[in-house]
Amino acid sequence: MTDQVMTGVAVLTVLLVLAPLVAIFGYLLYRGIGSINWAFLTQTPKPEGEVGGGMANAIVGSGMILGIASIIGVPFGVGAGIFLAEFGRNRLGGAIRFTADVLNGVPSIVIGIVAYSIVVLYQKHFSALAGGVALAIMMVPMISRTTEEMLLLVPQALREAAYGLGIPRWRTTLSITLRTATSGVITGIMLAFARIAGETAPLLFTALGNEYWNTHANQPTAALPLQIFKYATSPYDDAHRQAWAGALVLIILIVSAVSAVRYVVRHGTFGAA
Amino acid sequence: MPGPQPVEATKVTAAPVPPVAPVLRASGGEIPDRLFQSAMTVCGLAILGVLVLIVYELISRSSLSWHAFGFKFFSISDWDPVNEQFGAVPFIYGTLVSSLVALVIAVPLAVGVAVFTTEMCPKALRGPLSFFVELLAAIPSVIYGLWAIFVMVPLLGQYVEPGLGKWLGWTGLFTGPIFGYSMLAAGIILAIMIIPIISSITREVLMVVPQHQREAALALGATRWEMIRLSVLRNARAGIVGAIILGLGRALGETMAVTMVIGNRPEIARSLFAPGYTMASVLANEFSEATGDVYLSALIEIGLALFLVTIVVNALAQLLVWTVTRGQPARGHA
Repeated sequence: MTDQVMTGVAVLTVLLVLAPLVAIFGYLLYRGIGSINWAFLTQTPKPEGEVGGGMANAIVGSGMILGIASIIGVPFGVGAGIFLAEFGRNRLGGAIRFTADVLNGVPSIVIGIVAYSIVVLYQKHFSALAGGVALAIMMVPMISRTTEEMLLLVPQALREAAYGLGIPRWRTTLSITLRTATSGVITGIMLAFARIAGETAPLLFTALGNEYWNTHANQPTAALPLQIFKYATSPYDDAHRQAWAGALVLIILIVSAVSAVRYVVRHGTFGAA
Repeated sequence: MPGPQPVEATKVTAAPVPPVAPVLRASGGEIPDRLFQSAMTVCGLAILGVLVLIVYELISRSSLSWHAFGFKFFSISDWDPVNEQFGAVPFIYGTLVSSLVALVIAVPLAVGVAVFTTEMCPKALRGPLSFFVELLAAIPSVIYGLWAIFVMVPLLGQYVEPGLGKWLGWTGLFTGPIFGYSMLAAGIILAIMIIPIISSITREVLMVVPQHQREAALALGATRWEMIRLSVLRNARAGIVGAIILGLGRALGETMAVTMVIGNRPEIARSLFAPGYTMASVLANEFSEATGDVYLSALIEIGLALFLVTIVVNALAQLLVWTVTRGQPARGHA
């Protein structure tokens, strides 16, 4: 009898856990779908309190900040992953591996403080660059671990065959091992990208946000999560409406990335780029 | 006579053949390999560099506040920027209590989901179920906060908290005026956010338990629940504790969703209905508007404290999970 009760309890926990998921997505669609229109996607915010306007600058700004973060973070992350997989089977590699796992747990707002400290305080102004640096610092440990895992999956025989043919180590690693693990490595990069795309805290005092168009990396820039935060905590109803719309745009972008990743992992053949 | 000319210096016949062998050695051999290894090592060391950078910046920028207040920073409960009185106790209290509430709610639910997925679920459902739980992990914090402000807090304020106050008010935890924005709200939204992490690691840990342990229990006549309790959960104890601590680590550092629902009042109160303030929230709210060097330095000192606490908690959790799964790190998502 206890057995059946516990089975019931377990089913109940699953329902309780899935309920917020359904509720959140449901509300996002319900409250946000009506507000996503051409105006929303192409206009900049109106002054506070006025009805209308959009989040175009935030979408573009997010793109810029994420672009900067990726340019800095992806090379270092993949490089560190290559180091851990190919040259890191020793104490140094173990220390770096542990550090990366621990860094993955550092609160993003602390990373924001560090980026503020090294970029904003030196430049004496907020900028998209500072925001990009903060997000890049978050990306590197994430990408390094997934890249390492993917590279370790490549059979040793493949490397040895290449060495046997006289291909130097650097060439083997880049053209053979990395090429074989490409889909997995890209999966890891996209997962990291999806995670930092939704980050707000590190941008609060690095990119700061901006009510107007900005395409200069050296100036405060709007970002989608920042705008959502600002509008959600604003006293005006129209701002709330736009916050829901912005949130829906953000979640669509992130869920697409995560789902594409899962599709590639499940259906992409081993080694197919 | 025609034919390939050997490279030895002694044979000097016809046109001198350019030395081929040394050129081959240099282009395909050692130097590029060493360069490549150095480049990759630099990338790897960059990770250590990031850690050192974080520690250095936090310590150096908070030194002003440290010299001004010393250890009293962690025992005073006054947060008064106007009079330059800074005490971090309300934030530490808020962080700990909100995380504790989150754990109390999240652990049973997360372990229940993990047990269901690995032991009780029909195989076809396993994939979709784990996908949905991980989808919870993919939702950004600010969207959790948005939903919490407009859906959860009104629900709490109108139905849940009055009910709790009526039935459990005698505990002292559920008394006082109801704002909706409260420690309880923060705890609940945090719980929702850390369930995926605890659940996915618990699932990994449960799957590592050898199948023959389960079969042995069943062979001795145990029901399914008894088998789960005796052979699976007991075996995976250390890993589950590790998963819980990892969830705690995430809860301690969570910023946006908590900031949006906790009420942002730097005071210590016994009731969960009261607004509170966490270390991460005060950073989010006050950092960009901090006037004065001591103010900023005090905030950075809070950031340093938060960093140290989460590092210790996460390192402990990683070690625990590592001992159970033998080398695979704990990951919040697959």
